[in-house]
Formats: sequence, structure tokens, C-alpha cells
Amino acid sequence: MPGHHDTAGAAMPTYVGMPAFPDAARAAVRDTQLRRNLAHATTTIRAKRVTAVGELADWAELRETGKQIKDHTIEHLGHYLRLLEEQVTARGGTVHWARDAAEANQVVTDLIKATGETEVVKVKSMATQEIGLNEALDAAGIHAYETDLAELIVQLGGDRPSHILVPAIHRNRAEIREIFRREMPGVPDDLTDDPARLAAAAREHLRERFLAAKVAVSGANFAVAETGSLVVVESEGNGRMCLTLPETLISVMGIEKVLPTWRDLEVFLQLLPRSSTAERMNPYTSVWSGATEGQTFHLVLVDNGRTATRDDEVGRQALRCIRCSACLNVCPVYQRAGGHAYGSPYPGPIGAILSPQLRGAGSPVDDSLPYASTLCGACFEACPVAIDIPEVLVHLRSRAVHGRTERAAMRFAAWTLRSPTRLAFGQRLAGTAGRVLGRRGFIGRLPGPMARWTDTRDAPVPATETFRDWWNRR
Amino acid sequence: MRIALFVTCFNDTLYPGTGKAVVTLLERLGHEVVFPAEQTCCGQMHYNTGYDRECGPLVKDFVKTFQPFDAIVVPSASCAGMIRENHVRVARTVGDRGLAEEADRLGPRVHELTELLVDVLGVEDVGAYFPHRVTYHPTCHSLRALGVGDRPLRLLRAVRGIDLVELPDAAECCGFGGTFALKNPDVSAAMGADKVARIRQTGAEVVCAADNSCLAHLGGLLSRLRTGVRTLHLAEILAATE
Repeated sequence: MPGHHDTAGAAMPTYVGMPAFPDAARAAVRDTQLRRNLAHATTTIRAKRVTAVGELADWAELRETGKQIKDHTIEHLGHYLRLLEEQVTARGGTVHWARDAAEANQVVTDLIKATGETEVVKVKSMATQEIGLNEALDAAGIHAYETDLAELIVQLGGDRPSHILVPAIHRNRAEIREIFRREMPGVPDDLTDDPARLAAAAREHLRERFLAAKVAVSGANFAVAETGSLVVVESEGNGRMCLTLPETLISVMGIEKVLPTWRDLEVFLQLLPRSSTAERMNPYTSVWSGATEGQTFHLVLVDNGRTATRDDEVGRQALRCIRCSACLNVCPVYQRAGGHAYGSPYPGPIGAILSPQLRGAGSPVDDSLPYASTLCGACFEACPVAIDIPEVLVHLRSRAVHGRTERAAMRFAAWTLRSPTRLAFGQRLAGTAGRVLGRRGFIGRLPGPMARWTDTRDAPVPATETFRDWWNRR
Repeated sequence: MRIALFVTCFNDTLYPGTGKAVVTLLERLGHEVVFPAEQTCCGQMHYNTGYDRECGPLVKDFVKTFQPFDAIVVPSASCAGMIRENHVRVARTVGDRGLAEEADRLGPRVHELTELLVDVLGVEDVGAYFPHRVTYHPTCHSLRALGVGDRPLRLLRAVRGIDLVELPDAAECCGFGGTFALKNPDVSAAMGADKVARIRQTGAEVVCAADNSCLAHLGGLLSRLRTGVRTLHLAEILAATE
């Protein structure tokens, strides 16, 4: 079923043939379990975020500062990336540049092949989800083990992530227990759906991977250009294990993640945890500069549509995103449609403006994403780097290719509305139609595309005397 | 004070009672209301759906029609928001710098009804009487685009006989979203269903708001479900007397 989590298939679902958002969402809103899981998870985290943010008296200033740092860095991106490369190289790391997903996957595949390994452990990373690294590695005979608990659940379930921070948000613990029992080798027979038992089973399963792995792949939340330092923030400590145990570390990072200085990083280390997990500080912050003694370090800098996004004066603000998920958690559309309907590892409001820009329009789902919003503005309000998501959505709509029928209807409407006489004529027609269709004060069924309204709602009956007529008669 | 009414095309056609209520209310408060006959639409539907080019002429017409007035009242938060926040932007997009400047000067004179009452006319008790159990839904554009804050509630609290009950999760979108209601009917209805559940929880007979567009969506759901709850623009409550 398109856009619907598939519990049966073991193969990693592909995004090819992903339907438009409204079609995918139609299935999701009917999925009782999904609706319940999402409503529970998002409302809980929503309330916590408000409290965590409310603790800081200078939140508005922090938000503004974060926005300005990002805008400055994106404006001078070339400069800071060269500085980062210089510093990472000086500290024994190797920097690789990848124009797109295919190039990035090739670089990582070649680096792993050079080590002779066929298994790698992974730190939770949005960049590698974006480029489809696991699938590319799979095709090259390399298995990547996700070590973040939620990513592990998604991977074992042959599923797709549906949330940036909590990829398995669409699963409840009973479902997770089933996935573990089915897919996790050596799982205890008496495994219950108690969260502590589930976590213990995952820990047992992952420990072997950590100890055996020679190569790890990570993303990065930030990179500090002045010292060539990469930063990963996390809750579980799995990332720390991957970053420190293996001999080779390969980090894949979108080019917009760079920050000029440590002072800048300090701002984001306040903004990110409070916005994402609603914590004052995340449990683990790992920072490394170049290669640690005895370890090989590679940094792969990925463009993959970011330079093109940067060229768009309105759309470029999407590059400020620090992947906190606050916009997903407050979004009423996301809460009901779920993450899979967005057809990208970036779901929710940020996905609706990021995916069409990074991938470029052209697929049914990307073309429909700018319309997957009521423009209610809750996302903008929650965004810790003040991305005006409704503004970008409307901007992307203005660049969208509209269907012929819709375009004709909108042009006709504009023509009618340009003249009070034509509008009055239209109103008289509507009034007549209303007298035919309406009964007891409402219309129960409308023809053509307007049936999309009356399928679930009654429609108001146009007035027999418009305000204009009343005013003139008065 | 002489106040020009921009009734909005939506209210003009579907909810003339709201326009009449604004006239009744402002005249009762001792002001003169004028209705510039050339007015049509602010262009919100075209702008929000991505039709900037078609929106441009509508912005131009609006500016031309309302330029002569010192105070303009709009009984719709989303249309007032469109005018104040986006008219300049549309004018710039279509490359009309003169229009952008005119729209920029006109913007501050355009007031959503509750803003006009509280900020410009300085009244909270408008002398209304409405003996019903009412809940108020703060529409997204009134809340987050315009930032009308608690002005509507202050006006409603001063209404005599009213039993004003708080709507749980009030700030959450109702699911209307303009053309969203047609482009994403399933999610729109799902959001509306949850809002309806909250409304019913209050036991209110009437749900009011500063936007008839959101109320058309909610009213359509309430009516389809035969809940017996009706929707009313808050202007109509403020205009009501004994």
C-alpha cells in the first residue's frame, strides 16, 4: 500500500512510484494504529518542548542569533567549507567532495571496499538516509548495521523512517516486540513489550556489532570550521561507540552543517536539544577533530541540491534547518498523515520545503508537497532557527506547475473577481444554484471537484441577497 | 469616525449577515460606515495557491479602491493578514514597484474587526447581548499571522448574557487551509473532526471565530453530523442586542 508502513515485506521499500501526498495521506488517516501512535507521541513531546523552551528567558534572542549565524555561514559557504577542509586535513583527516547522492555513495563504497570489510556500523544520520547509502552499500555487498534504536527498528522491520528524530514514531511497543522477535537473531523467547526489556534486547544485539566492526559511518550535526571539528549529539550513546571503537570512521555531512566557530556552536547546543528532545542538554555530545591516533578519518561533504537551494533567495532559508523535528511535532497535517506520506526521509513541514528543493520538482510527491499544509504557521512559531516555512511553501507553490483545469479555473476566478459587475453576476448565478441545490440551509452534495468538499462536509448556501445588494437597497 | 468596509468576496457571497453585523455594530458605536462599490477580493486564494500573476491585478484593484480611506475594517483575519503581510510581496513579485510602495503605505490603515474595535476605537464593551453558550476558535491567521491575541476574547467577555467557554487545544488548526480543503480533503476532514470533538466537549451551542472561511469548514462538519452546534462570525455576536 503506497505511503503506508508495510509490515510484511523485508525488502527496503523504495521511493520509486511514490504517490502524491493526498493519495498517500488518504491511506494514513484511515490507519487507526498509526493515528493513535502519532497523536500520542507528538502531543507528549509538544508539551515538553514548550516547557523546555520556556525555561530560557533569552530564547527569542538565541533563536534570532541561530538564524543569523546560519544565514551568514550559508552566504559565505565556500569560505567556511575551505577552512573546514584545511583544518580537517591538518589534523590527519581526508576530505572528499560529492556533488550528488550517487557521487557520495560511490565515495563511501570505495572507502569501505579499500578496508576489505563487508560490514559497517552506523550512527543515526539524516544525510545518509537522504542519499540512500544503505541501499547503495547493499548493492555493493556491504551490510550497514543501524545502531540507533529507532533506526534499528526501522531497518529490521524493512520499513522507512517516518520522523527525523524518532524514525520509528509510527510504531508502538507491541509492534516493536513483533519486529524484534521476527528479525533479531537470538532474541529471548519470553521478550515482552516492556520498553526496558526491548532496549535490553537491542543492546545485546548491538554490542556484538560494535565489538566486531572495523568501519563506522556517521553523519554530523555540526562541523566547526575553525578547528575542523565534527559534532554528533545523541541520546543513546550508540553513536559514541561507533565513533570511537572502529579503526575507520567515515562521516557524511551536508555542506550546510558547517559553523564558523565554537562560539557559534554554543548557540546551537542550546537550541537543538530543547527543540528536539525537549531536554536542557542531550546525554551525549561527541566532538572529534581530524583523525584520532590509530584511526583513519574521512569526511564526505555532500551538496546534493544544496547549492541550487542556496541560489533561491526565499527557499534558501530551508538550509538553516538543524533537523530538530520541532516543526513535525507541532504540525497538525504531519500528525494525521504520518511521515511516510511525504515520500522522503525529511517528513513534515521542513520536508515539504526541503525535499522539492533538494530533489527538484517533477515527481508526483514532490510536486504535491508544497500543498501539504494549511499554512497554519505552527511550524514557523516552533522553528528554533526561524525558518518561515509557510512563506517558502507559498513561494514553492508559485513555482509549481499547475494542472490545466485548475489553471483555467483560477484564471477565470481572477477574471471574475477583477470586476464588481462580473462578480455580482457570478454571485447571482451562485445564488440560483444555491436555491436549486440547497435544502434546510445547507448543500449536501456538490458536483465535480467540489465534491471533495461535500464528501465530508455540508456546504453553505450562497445568499439570495448578497451584502452588496443589501447595501444598495438600504 | 469614517470607516471603509472591505466585506471580502467570501462574506459578500456566502455570509452577508457578517457584513450587515459590522455595519450595525459600528453605526451603533457612533461611526460612519462606507462601502466602496468597486471592491471585490484581496487575492488571498490566488496568492496562497501559487497564482501570483493572477493575484497582481487584484492587489492593484484593492489598493486603488481603498487608498482614499484612513481606516479600513475587514471582518476576516485571513484577508486582513493577506492585505497587510502579502500585498507588498505580490506587488514586488509582479515587478510593480509603485504598487508595492502604495500597498506598504495602505497596510497599516487596514484593520481586522477586533483590532479596529480595541486598538483604534478603544472599546471592549460594545453593548452587546447574547444569552448563549459560546466557544471561540482562534483561527490560525488571526493568531499567528496577525497576532490579534486576546482582543476577540476581551470583546466577547464584555457581552452581556454570554456563557463563554474555553475551547481545549484552541490554537490548533481546524484543517480548512483554503484550497487545502479541496487538495487534501482527507487530512482536512481528519483535522476538522478533531476540532469538532473539542467543540462538542465544551457543550457550546455556538462556535465563533474571526474568519467565516474556517467556520464554513467547521460548520459544514457540524451540520453534516447533525450536532446542533452552529457557527457564527464574532461580529454577529457583537452586533446582537436585547
